[in-house]
Amino acid sequence: MLRTALRNVLAHKARLIMTALAVMLGVAFVSGTLVFGDTVTSALRAASTKNLKDVDVSVAAEYLPGDGPYDEHRPTALDGKLADRVRELPGVASVRAGVGGSATLAGKDGTPVNADNSWQNLAANYVPGPDGKDPRLPLVSGRAPSGKGELALDAKTAEKAGYRIGDTVRFATTGPALTKKLVGTVHTDDPRVTAGGTLTVFDTPTAQGLFLTPGHYDEFSVTAEPGTDQAALTAKISTLLPEEGASATSGAELAALQSEQSEKSTESMTKMLLVFAGIALFVGVFIIANTFTMLIAQRGREIALMRAVGASRRQVVRSVLIEAGLLGLGASAAGFALGLGIAAGLRPLLNAGGAGLPDGPLVVGPGALLWSLIVGVLVTVLAAWLPSRKAAKIAPVEALSTVDAATPVRGMVVRNILGALLTGAGVAVMLYVSTLDDGDETNLMIAMLGSFLTLTGMIVLAPLLSRPLVSLAGRVTTRVFGVSGKLAKENALRNPRRTAATASALMIGLTLITGLTVAGHSVDRAMKQAAVQGLTADYSLSNSAYLGLDPKLGEKVADVPGVAAATPVASTGVTLDGEYAMISGVDPEQLGKVASLTFDSGSADDLGPGEIAISTTLAKRTGLGVGDRLTGEFTPDGEESADRKRLKVVGVYQENQVVDSALARLDDVLPYAMGGTYDSVLVKAEPGKATGLDRDLREALGNSPLLKVQSQEQLTKEESGAIDVMLNMMYGLLGMAVVIAVLGVINTLAMSVFERTREIGMLRAIGLDRKGVRQMVRLESVVISVFGALLGIGTGVFLAWAGGSLTAAGLPDYTTTLPWDRLSLFLALALVIGVLAAIWPARRAARLNMLGAINAQ
Amino acid sequence: MSQAAAAPAPIHSPATDAAARATGLSKVYGTGETRVVALDQVSVEFGRGRFTAIMGPSGSGKSTLMHCMAGLDSFSAGSAMIGDTELSGLDDRRLTRLRRDKVGFVFQAFNLLPTLTAYENITLPMAIAGRRPDHAWVDGVVRTVGLSGRLNHRPAQLSGGQQQRVAVARALASRPEIVFADEPTGNLDSRSGAEILGFLRESVRELGQTVVMVTHDPVAAAHADRVVFLADGRLTDELLAPTAQSVLDRMRLFDAKGRTS
Repeated sequence: MLRTALRNVLAHKARLIMTALAVMLGVAFVSGTLVFGDTVTSALRAASTKNLKDVDVSVAAEYLPGDGPYDEHRPTALDGKLADRVRELPGVASVRAGVGGSATLAGKDGTPVNADNSWQNLAANYVPGPDGKDPRLPLVSGRAPSGKGELALDAKTAEKAGYRIGDTVRFATTGPALTKKLVGTVHTDDPRVTAGGTLTVFDTPTAQGLFLTPGHYDEFSVTAEPGTDQAALTAKISTLLPEEGASATSGAELAALQSEQSEKSTESMTKMLLVFAGIALFVGVFIIANTFTMLIAQRGREIALMRAVGASRRQVVRSVLIEAGLLGLGASAAGFALGLGIAAGLRPLLNAGGAGLPDGPLVVGPGALLWSLIVGVLVTVLAAWLPSRKAAKIAPVEALSTVDAATPVRGMVVRNILGALLTGAGVAVMLYVSTLDDGDETNLMIAMLGSFLTLTGMIVLAPLLSRPLVSLAGRVTTRVFGVSGKLAKENALRNPRRTAATASALMIGLTLITGLTVAGHSVDRAMKQAAVQGLTADYSLSNSAYLGLDPKLGEKVADVPGVAAATPVASTGVTLDGEYAMISGVDPEQLGKVASLTFDSGSADDLGPGEIAISTTLAKRTGLGVGDRLTGEFTPDGEESADRKRLKVVGVYQENQVVDSALARLDDVLPYAMGGTYDSVLVKAEPGKATGLDRDLREALGNSPLLKVQSQEQLTKEESGAIDVMLNMMYGLLGMAVVIAVLGVINTLAMSVFERTREIGMLRAIGLDRKGVRQMVRLESVVISVFGALLGIGTGVFLAWAGGSLTAAGLPDYTTTLPWDRLSLFLALALVIGVLAAIWPARRAARLNMLGAINAQ
Repeated sequence: MSQAAAAPAPIHSPATDAAARATGLSKVYGTGETRVVALDQVSVEFGRGRFTAIMGPSGSGKSTLMHCMAGLDSFSAGSAMIGDTELSGLDDRRLTRLRRDKVGFVFQAFNLLPTLTAYENITLPMAIAGRRPDHAWVDGVVRTVGLSGRLNHRPAQLSGGQQQRVAVARALASRPEIVFADEPTGNLDSRSGAEILGFLRESVRELGQTVVMVTHDPVAAAHADRVVFLADGRLTDELLAPTAQSVLDRMRLFDAKGRTS
């Protein structure tokens, strides 16, 4: 049987090539993901090992709640005296006392560098060793910073910001702009910096002055004498530390912790990629099943002969499955090799997008190889299983019949009923989902179940749906292209199962793509709308590191020429009658100039001390209304105990983006706001003065790189950027499924051309020219593709509409809006796919030798 | 017998009224050692409004002759004409158009598209050409071959004989210059076969159609006005007003010759 199977694979290699490609691409996705995961994990581990090379014990300062308001300049538990005591311990070779912080630079041209990701913008102290150099931060050029007026930059950072040695660098650590002279550049491998962040280096007293208190440190990195036991040293150091505020960790433990963390982060990425690889493989299943169904139909006589000479049913089935297994194995091996290429290409691709993955050799574990082969073979064999059952049903007597028996038209009643039930259940679940308004975990699971049922049901129903839809499409092709259009339609209708399986492969990809696009588009629109809803101000000022704005700055804004009104907004958390909510503090007299809130009842015009207004959602949640009195618990920054205040509700307003779900006077909120700062200052320009005011505002406020000045337009743009990035990523990941579906269309057409050789010969004889034959095949391809696309787009739109309700809680403005441009683009894409997929089969059909075709048996 | 004796007949009928004509037609496959001459300088004319049968043992080149003269296959030397159109030198596109407009075909099997109804199959050449069928004419043809009640059936719903009648109707429906039939009765039982031959015969007599039929069956050949014999790629003989018996006798003669030579 093995020999028969092997011969069959080899004999049909041309016919199996598309199927093998489909398996190969799916497996390549899987193996690429697995190898990539292994590679990144190992590279991250190597990086952390390298980082911790000289660290035998790390002592870190801890910030404890209850220490009072959060203050960057608080003293830490690690001071110089403690460092000396650690140094004196036996077995300690050296102690590096480090100060860390964050500093965002303004480029030489004044524009902030990477201000939107300020967590990546690091600052550190330069710790000279005995030779006067810091081994952690090797100098690239110039010299180490020393004294209050100097700093050094990471070499890449300096280049990016456009600074050269001797330049005056403008930067900010919290709010106001500072300047120092650049005296040197250093090199760092910190992944946050290599991923697009920056590194600014000061001498130790300067760093302490900026980020801590003089004489204090954030971290001690202890290097031990050779032969010292890490654990014992860690325990010894721990005894020197105060009970709270600092802890010691051994280098090994730290390394383990870091690699566990990096494994976790890689794992979640790998898992997501594997989901998409799974989708691609699932699409491949249709192609494999289609191919084996066709092969078995073509080989009916052969199989009957084998049965006649004594092969058992089981042997026939086994032969088909072995053939599938061999195909799967070969294709998986090729796929694995291709996957290595994908894995190698993925890192530069992701790093270009700012992922910051460290370099390292490609790691090919045995697990990746094994899983790739298992998955590939298993998928192929499983997909060939149903067709193999059909092979077993071929009766030996069929070998003896001289005429080709017309393929019996098997009833599809059972299939249609099953499809209707599945689709019905899926639609019912999704209609139920559309009545929900909360996207919690349970509802999300229900929505996923409903989507799965609907999609599966549509796949099962596709043959039934193919008749009316393909007929409809065929009417167009017949009208436009005449007889080749008509023949194309009839050919597509000839085998509804095959057409449906081919179209389903495309449908799956397009359902997901359409669903995500519609949902993404609707969310985008809602977010854009929400971003500026109720906002009448021209500009919003904030701190891009979310550190708040100094109230002193707020006063300066009002004095900038061209500013008609400047209203600060502060916010804090509050517990209102047991419900936690965010409360905004504003000046009620000024609010009307920068925002227009819609009040359902009451108003905020005469918001007095101890009075609040609440949003409709909060009103619903708490049952509070105008005139109600309640207790509010405000927690001061850094404290644990709350201040209790009696409050009175004076207004209920509709949800908006200007203020949180509760509103009070600025004086009532500011004392509890983080660091006593404003969240933002909203600025209304004098009529006609809005353009260019952002520059003046920046100038007037000291041009700090952390100051964010956004116009209404920029606020909207900020919201939509993320969605576009996500959608593009999804398109890329689902692209593989679409490519495999295209292979399926090619496969089906090539098989059809092969089966219809005689017909094509006859058509050529009675006068259909090559162009006509090509067009016939091409149109069949287009009809199938468009059928699949229509099903996919329709299903995707429905699922996105039904599932859209789940976003209602987070986005009150959400309504499903159809991005017609994108949807028509998808349909056009399906047309193009149809035309492209037909190129090779159509050419083969047109080149068929006419006489050979007529005489073919 | 008597006809055969009476006619040391001219192999070239008068050139005035031939629907198709071959002059010195040769077809050679391969070169050197593997060179095979399928047709060797064949010159023959098929008179307009006549029913001609091409006979010969298998391998004699009779199908090749038909394929070359019908524009289905290329030839190595000589000339082939349909009406006043010379086939040599026509590219695929022109040949296809010529077949579409001037030639009707009936093959041994697989004449029909299973996806189209009988009527759609019959009018397929006109659909390909983008012409409206001449309804009166098509109706006449359909009546002649006795398919009136079955025009909406698909091939799978028709018997082999009925399918072949559809093929004949298709060949006639576009009023071609000439109809080529390649073993049209090869797959049929004798009664259905006789019916098909009857229709071809009738189309010649009643409609003035020119029909050329390749066959190895003397009974089938007897329906023709004239039989030409091929052996080893050469035209060897012809017979006017044949009967099954006269054809059979003539073939026996060949066989004997073949064996002795």
